[in-house]
Amino acid sequence: MSESVIPKIRLRGLRKAFGTKQVLDGVDLDVMPGQSMVILGGSGSGKSVTIKCILGLITPDAGTIEIDGHDVTAMSPREREAVLDRTGMLFQNGALFDSLPVWENVCFKPLAQKRITRAQARERAAWVLEDVGLDASVGDLSPAELSGGMQKRVALARAIASEPEIIFFDEPTTGLDPIMGAVIDGLIVDCVRRLGATAVTITHDMASARRIGDVAAMIHKGRIIWTGPAASLGETGNAMVDQFAHGEREGPIAMELRR
Amino acid sequence: MSPAVPARLAQDGLAALGRAALDLCRTVGAVVLFALQGLSHVVRPPFHPKLFLRAFLEVAYFSLPVVGLTAVFTGMVLALQSYSGFSRFGAEGAVANVVVLSITRELGPVLAGLMVSGRIGAAFAAEIGTMRVTDQIDALTTLSTDPMKYLVTPRLLAGILGMPLLVIVADVLGVMGGYLIGTLKLGFSSGSYLRATLDFLQVMDVVSGLVKAAVFGFVVALMGTWCGYTSRGGAQGVGSATTTAVVASSILILALDYVLTEAFFAR
Repeated sequence: MSESVIPKIRLRGLRKAFGTKQVLDGVDLDVMPGQSMVILGGSGSGKSVTIKCILGLITPDAGTIEIDGHDVTAMSPREREAVLDRTGMLFQNGALFDSLPVWENVCFKPLAQKRITRAQARERAAWVLEDVGLDASVGDLSPAELSGGMQKRVALARAIASEPEIIFFDEPTTGLDPIMGAVIDGLIVDCVRRLGATAVTITHDMASARRIGDVAAMIHKGRIIWTGPAASLGETGNAMVDQFAHGEREGPIAMELRR
Repeated sequence: MSPAVPARLAQDGLAALGRAALDLCRTVGAVVLFALQGLSHVVRPPFHPKLFLRAFLEVAYFSLPVVGLTAVFTGMVLALQSYSGFSRFGAEGAVANVVVLSITRELGPVLAGLMVSGRIGAAFAAEIGTMRVTDQIDALTTLSTDPMKYLVTPRLLAGILGMPLLVIVADVLGVMGGYLIGTLKLGFSSGSYLRATLDFLQVMDVVSGLVKAAVFGFVVALMGTWCGYTSRGGAQGVGSATTTAVVASSILILALDYVLTEAFFAR
């Protein structure tokens, strides 16, 4: 890729501590436009905090977050809102709004911004639900009436409904059986390609990482320790990444177990 | 025991007291900023009238049965108690006056506030708390929607505007409870009871009760939304937020009742 291309997302020296625990300790990461980046790492390594910092849900202690070359940490709330408007997010547990039917969940953003009428939103929700393999009739159900896999699909539909430029996926296959996990991964790949979006996915699931990602990065103790092609996971030559990819007990990553 | 031990114990005690005082100041400051931020959205578009209407109905309409029953029985008990007490001094004629003053100035707003605190404060805290621990509040932010504007402001406004309406109904029902006991059990004639009620009542009695109601409604909605919004730690955190919302708003209602009574009636 040409050096002159501005990364869609660029993190430099991102630091965040909670109390005495330094969760992010200088994260540097570039995600190029149209790229699907997978961030790997153990529990508590700082993956979710990294994404939450980019989305403005957590304020970093230090460092810069650039989107399209503009530092969002220096932006006013209104400017930041405009940047957020171009992003979508699929939460680990779906985070669907219990009080709203599925179709209102899917078209929540355009409805809240009064960009479309309720009738238009209903129609649009039906299309988007079909894009993620759900029947339009699901739109009238409440999220509590759906299975875990269907909730994930609805959450994906909500994330892509406003056709964002950047989409974040937080452990998209957690809690799903392997077949449903593969189905969700396939939908993610299709949706991201169709929209031409830049995607950032955090996951523990190696199969999912290989299916979704073009490139992968491994975060350990709050720092990015490796970046490379997602297809090479398990044969990277980096002992930590290979240990993580193979799920081996013995290796340079010492698990902090309470004995 | 070494002489240094009591000194150290005293020092530790003072340090704990200091920490508790600092925590209290920090919490009060955070609640005040939260309230100001929530209220600031009342005049800043976009507005969410449907959400306000839903919260308003929850406060002012669906709380009617519990507040109405409380008011009726309170008026009835008040009539019986004041009759039995005043009869010792031959002052039975003051029953209607005592009932109407007690209900409009104090018991209407305070009891309605406490009932609404148990019903609405708990519901706000549980609903928003569950949204917090299931990432729904973060989801709102990622969907370009300010959670304060969407979740907090409509509820604060509903508390401020809904409670006075509820208290007007509570006042009428409370007086009616006293009237029923006065006329059916204590031997007052309907006309003389109503005349005594209306002659003695002043506009300030009702207005002070309605101002109290608006303040209590605000307090209930504020504590409910604040405790829910800041809840952490799954189901246990939501349960604890709900309890805190009810306890804190109940205590604040009683404390503010004194402050407002002092402001309105102290000479």
